[in-house]
Amino acid sequence: MDHRNYIGLVIIAVIIAFIPTLVKNDYYIGILVFTALNCLTALGLCLLMGYAGQISLGHAAFFGLGAYSTAILTVNLGWSPWIAMGAGACLTAVIALIIGVPALRLKGHYLAMATLGFGAIVNIVFVAAVGLTGGPSGISGIPQLNFLGIELNTDKSFFYFSWAVVILGLFLALNLIHSRVGRGLRAIHDSQEAASSLGVNTSKYKIKIFVLSAAYASVAGSLYASFINYIDPGPFDVMHSVLLVVMVAVGGMHNIWGAMIGAVLLSILPEFLSALSDYFGGIGIAYKSDYDMLIYGGILLVIMLFLPGGLYEGIQRLLQASRNLINRFKMRAFS
Amino acid sequence: MAQPILQLIDLCKNFGGVVALDHLNIQVEKSSITSIIGPNGAGKTTIFNLITGIVNRSSGKVYYNNEDISGLKPHMIAEKQIARTFQNVQVFPQMTVLENVMVGRHVKSHLGFILSSLIPPFFRIEEKRIREDAHQCLSIAGLSHLAQKKAGSLPLGNQRQLEIARALAVEPKLLLLDEPASGLNSRETYNMGKLIQKIKEMDITIVLVEHDMELVMDISDKVNVVNFGRSLASGDPSEIQANADVIAAYLGT
Ligand SMILES: Nc1ncnc2c1ncn2[C@@H]1O[C@H](COP(=O)(O)OP(=O)(O)OP(=O)(O)O)[C@@H](O)[C@H]1O
Ligand SMILES: [Mg+2]
Repeated sequence: MDHRNYIGLVIIAVIIAFIPTLVKNDYYIGILVFTALNCLTALGLCLLMGYAGQISLGHAAFFGLGAYSTAILTVNLGWSPWIAMGAGACLTAVIALIIGVPALRLKGHYLAMATLGFGAIVNIVFVAAVGLTGGPSGISGIPQLNFLGIELNTDKSFFYFSWAVVILGLFLALNLIHSRVGRGLRAIHDSQEAASSLGVNTSKYKIKIFVLSAAYASVAGSLYASFINYIDPGPFDVMHSVLLVVMVAVGGMHNIWGAMIGAVLLSILPEFLSALSDYFGGIGIAYKSDYDMLIYGGILLVIMLFLPGGLYEGIQRLLQASRNLINRFKMRAFS
Repeated sequence: MAQPILQLIDLCKNFGGVVALDHLNIQVEKSSITSIIGPNGAGKTTIFNLITGIVNRSSGKVYYNNEDISGLKPHMIAEKQIARTFQNVQVFPQMTVLENVMVGRHVKSHLGFILSSLIPPFFRIEEKRIREDAHQCLSIAGLSHLAQKKAGSLPLGNQRQLEIARALAVEPKLLLLDEPASGLNSRETYNMGKLIQKIKEMDITIVLVEHDMELVMDISDKVNVVNFGRSLASGDPSEIQANADVIAAYLGT
């Protein structure tokens, strides 16, 4: 059973290898880089939400902390982007720890509120701490990444690199899920009382997975800063936190592949829709990015109403149903 | 007298104005099946919750092998090899039966977050051992054939067995069973009694909270009667059955 997940990793790697031969347009490759970064953040969030059952409405803040760490440390202090990424992840982890210790005592709505407040505060700091963050005008001139002597200065090279990081992130997450730690986390999700009665240190585990989840977001943020070379507070607002939760929920949070599906779908859907509206432009239908939230909201509503387990579960049910159908036909054929 | 493995001394617990336990004293001898009976709301589940650290006591002490364990966190209690089941069954419904029991191996395995993330499960020796041990606990509880089923999809009887299998995975010296036969039909109850006796044979001390008097009187070495959070009587099953106070408080109803 476990092995199928790892075959999934190989399949993704193969798909990624072939995409640039199909998608020649640099703009779309760029979109797929952002998709990868959303996947990475969604993976971490899925570990926290889907497996340990703890919500965070502040993950854009961790994403932003990674991005700003990279920007400030490379531009202002001239650090190597790699060291900046590591330092950013460590800083984010420490902040997550400080936030997580009190916040994770809370449950459900209260935890959602606390993390939401945290996200809002961090975003305000990005805007207001002009001396450090450049305020609303942000930080530009963030250096490119250099991976083993290869400058990641084209969209295509960064595309490969970012998806390699996603695959690595998936690999680590899959290992964790299928371990005593992962089972401990899932146990917390279902019953904290029962989990603790079996020796799972529930408060410690919740904090650790929160920190790990924040670190995933931070690394994604650092990659984001290195990729577009310029950041401002815009993408790290509360709305982005909500969007990340929507990605995980739409895909299906009880499974890491669900989070991947949700992140990929919601990252490319707006582009797909605007391309479609260009195509139909002649008849007066134009898609504006203002409609993104409308689309996301609509999708979330429909999924929660009709497929609360997310798309992943929907796909599984569909497969199961078609399997049943085939079996029935076979039975009829033999009788 | 045999060694006590568990001593509850002057335990008190108030929930706001409700007195759940009122200077309760109970002794549990090693390798025995000791039952706690009493009417609804007498405080039986609260006793288990205090021993396992799920709720904090108001006052009093819990000694386990002559060590004061009162106030320890639930996961530390599990590390001391005390395991329990829940009156309102708390299996992990999303996990398979086997995975449920594998969670029970938590304290007997050690890889933390970092090593677990780095090493895939099929290269982890520990993972294989956890799986094998879990299978063994399942077979003791007679659930091997359901190993791959979702725990939440099992009938209540199997879920109660599963909770016991999962508790056995902790390798307990002391096992607290909270109404393991509640909701079971008479055949299932009979089998539950057999399972509990089998566990006793494994040199595990059992504390049993149960309303099914036939089961209690059948398998207990000692019975404690609790009413309004106080110990009312204690003795072997025949003494308890003859005790007028008990009949008035409980058996009469
Ligand atoms: N967490 C709690 N908060 C408030 N009151 C509680 C709590 N747990 C138990 N009580 C109260 O303490 C008293 C003892 O409850 P307990 O569950 O221990 O009884 P019990 O003997 O297990 O009963 P039953 O046979 O119905 O399971 C009851 O009055 C109950 O309402
Ligand atoms: Mg009870």
